[in-house]
Amino acid sequence: MNRTLKLKELRVFAEEIRLLTLKEFAHIGFGHVGGAMSIIETLAVLYGKEMRYDPRNPNWEERDHLIVSKGHAGPAVYATLALVGYFPESMLRELNQGGGNLPSHCDRNKTPGIDMTTGSLGQGISAACGVALGKRMDGKDSYTYLVLGDGECNEGQVWEGAMFAAQYKLDKLIAFVDLNGQQLDGYTQDIMDMRNMGERFAAFGWFVQEVNGHDIGEIVNAVTAAKANTGKPNAIILHTKKGNGCYFAEGIKDNHHMNFKPEQINEAIKRTEAALEAAKAAPAK
Amino acid sequence: MFKLQKTFEKSPKLMREVYCETMLSLAASNKNIVALDADLVSSSGMKKFFEAYPDRAIQCGIAEANMIGVAAGLSLVGKIPYAHSFGPFASRRVCDQIFISAAYAKLNVRIIGSDPGVTAAYNGGTHMPFEDMGVLRSIPEITLIEPSDPVMLADIVRQLADLYGVYYVRMARKNTVSVYEEGSIFEIGKGNLLRNGTDVTIIASGIMVAEALKAAEMLADEGVSARVVDMFTWKPMDTELVARCAEETGAIVTAENHNIYGGLGAAVAEACVKTVPVPIEMVGVKDQFGQVGTEDYLRKAYNLTATAIVDAAKKVIERK
Repeated sequence: MNRTLKLKELRVFAEEIRLLTLKEFAHIGFGHVGGAMSIIETLAVLYGKEMRYDPRNPNWEERDHLIVSKGHAGPAVYATLALVGYFPESMLRELNQGGGNLPSHCDRNKTPGIDMTTGSLGQGISAACGVALGKRMDGKDSYTYLVLGDGECNEGQVWEGAMFAAQYKLDKLIAFVDLNGQQLDGYTQDIMDMRNMGERFAAFGWFVQEVNGHDIGEIVNAVTAAKANTGKPNAIILHTKKGNGCYFAEGIKDNHHMNFKPEQINEAIKRTEAALEAAKAAPAK
Repeated sequence: MFKLQKTFEKSPKLMREVYCETMLSLAASNKNIVALDADLVSSSGMKKFFEAYPDRAIQCGIAEANMIGVAAGLSLVGKIPYAHSFGPFASRRVCDQIFISAAYAKLNVRIIGSDPGVTAAYNGGTHMPFEDMGVLRSIPEITLIEPSDPVMLADIVRQLADLYGVYYVRMARKNTVSVYEEGSIFEIGKGNLLRNGTDVTIIASGIMVAEALKAAEMLADEGVSARVVDMFTWKPMDTELVARCAEETGAIVTAENHNIYGGLGAAVAEACVKTVPVPIEMVGVKDQFGQVGTEDYLRKAYNLTATAIVDAAKKVIERK
C-alpha cells in the first residue's frame, strides 16, 4: 500500500512525527535529539506518500526498503512506524529500556518495520546496495531508500558503497544525505570537512539533487525526479538543521546526544503542538 | 558418513577448482546462489562461475567491507551469498561488517577466506592469516569451518546453501593431501575420529590433519598409540568429543596452521578444562607474524610438522 498524502497533509504528518518523537524522548530525559529532528520531513514524505509498505505485513516482499544508516535517528523512525500502524504508540515507552524493542540504534530483529540493523556508521549503504541489487535480480520494481548522515560520510565504507552503486547502475536506490552540518564533536567543517557533498557524490557517478530538507514540497519533487532518473543511483542532499523544530536543540553546538530537563521537553512539546495546529490550519497548497 | 583414503596422497584437484565446480552445480539448481569477490576472481578459481552466471557473480572491486555489507543486503532479500577474499581481508579487515551487518543483524552470509596461514607462501606476512579464526571466534553465533581436503570442501560448500547464518570457511586454494574418499558426508559441529588410539589424542585441522595422521604412524612405530581427530569445525566446538578423547586417552595435542592464541588449541583447551581436564600441548604458530617463503619452508619455520606433533605427543604423555 501507499499513503497518498497531499503537501499540506504531509506537513501535518511531519509535525505529528516530531511531536511523537519528542514525547518518546520525554520519557527518558536524554537521546539523539539533533539527528532525529533533522530527518523528520523526509520520513513524512517517505511514509506519507512515496514508500510502498504494509504495516500488517512488515516483511511484504514487494515493499520498498528503507535503511536508516544513521541508526541513531531510530527514535524518529519509531515514532513514524507507530503513527502508520506498525505497532501501538504505547510501545514507544520502550525506548532504551532493558528488554524492550526500541534500542537507540535501529535493529531489524527488534522493531517491526525496521529493515536493517544500523548504527555502526558507514554500513547501511552497502546493505542498501545489496538489497537494491538483489531486488533487481528478481525483476522487482520496488525502491530502496537510504538515509546517510553527513558526519557518517567520514566513513570510508560510504564511498566504497558509492562506487559500487554507480558501477552497478542502481537507479532504484535513492539515498538521502542529511547535511545538517554537525557531528558528535562539533561542526562537520571543523571535525572532518567533507567540502561539497553533492559534488562528491556526483564525482562518484550519482544523480545528485540538492534540496531544503525541511521543505516537504522540495523533497517530494526530488523523489519524483529520482524515480524518473535511469542509469545512476540517486543522492538527494538534504540541507537541514540539526535539531530542527526542537528549540533547545536547534542551533546548539553539542546537540548530537543531549540530556534535557522536563520543563525543556515540555516546552518543546508545547511548541510542536502549536506548530501542528498551525499546519492543520494552513491553507492547502 | 565419511570414508578415509587408504593412503594419503596429494589431491588430484586444486581446492579452488573444487570450490568453483561446486558453486556452478549449486547455482544450476538454485537461482538464489550468488558469488561475490573483491578483485580476486582469478585467485579464487571462480572465473568459470563469473562467466557462466554474470548476473549472479558480483565483482566488488578492492572494497571488502562493502562486499560483506552487500552480501548481507542480498541475503535480506533472499539471496544466498558466498563472498570470497584472501583470509586476512575476509576476516580481520571486515570484522565489524561481519559482526554487525551479518551476525548481529542475523542475516545469511557465507565468507570464504582463502590461503590460510603458511599456504599464503610467497604473498608473505601481509597476506598470511594466523589469526582469522581467532578474530572471528568471539562473534556470537558464527560458525567457523576449516575443510581439510577437496572432498570435504565440496560437501561443506554444498551444505551451506541450505543452512542459515554466518559461516566462515577457511579454504586452502591449492593442492592439499587427500584425506577422504569421494562421496563422504560431514556433520558440521562434529569432529571426525580418523584413527583410534589410547595414549594420546591429536586434534588437528586443515593442512595439519595429514601431518597428524603421519605423526600417528611415527608414534605407532615407537609403541605409542595415538588417536587422531579432524576438528574441522572450530566453532561450535565439539565439546563432547573433546571430553571423550580426554577421558579415554588422558592427554591431547592440538595441531593447527594458526596462532595457538585464539586458535584451535585455545578452543580445545576451553572445552577440555570445562569437562575432563587433561594435559594439552599445542602445535601451531606461537604468537608470531607471517613471513615470505615456500610453504615447505614456512611449515618448518613455524614447526607445523609431523615431527613437531610427535615431540608434543611424547611431552604431553610425560605430563599425564
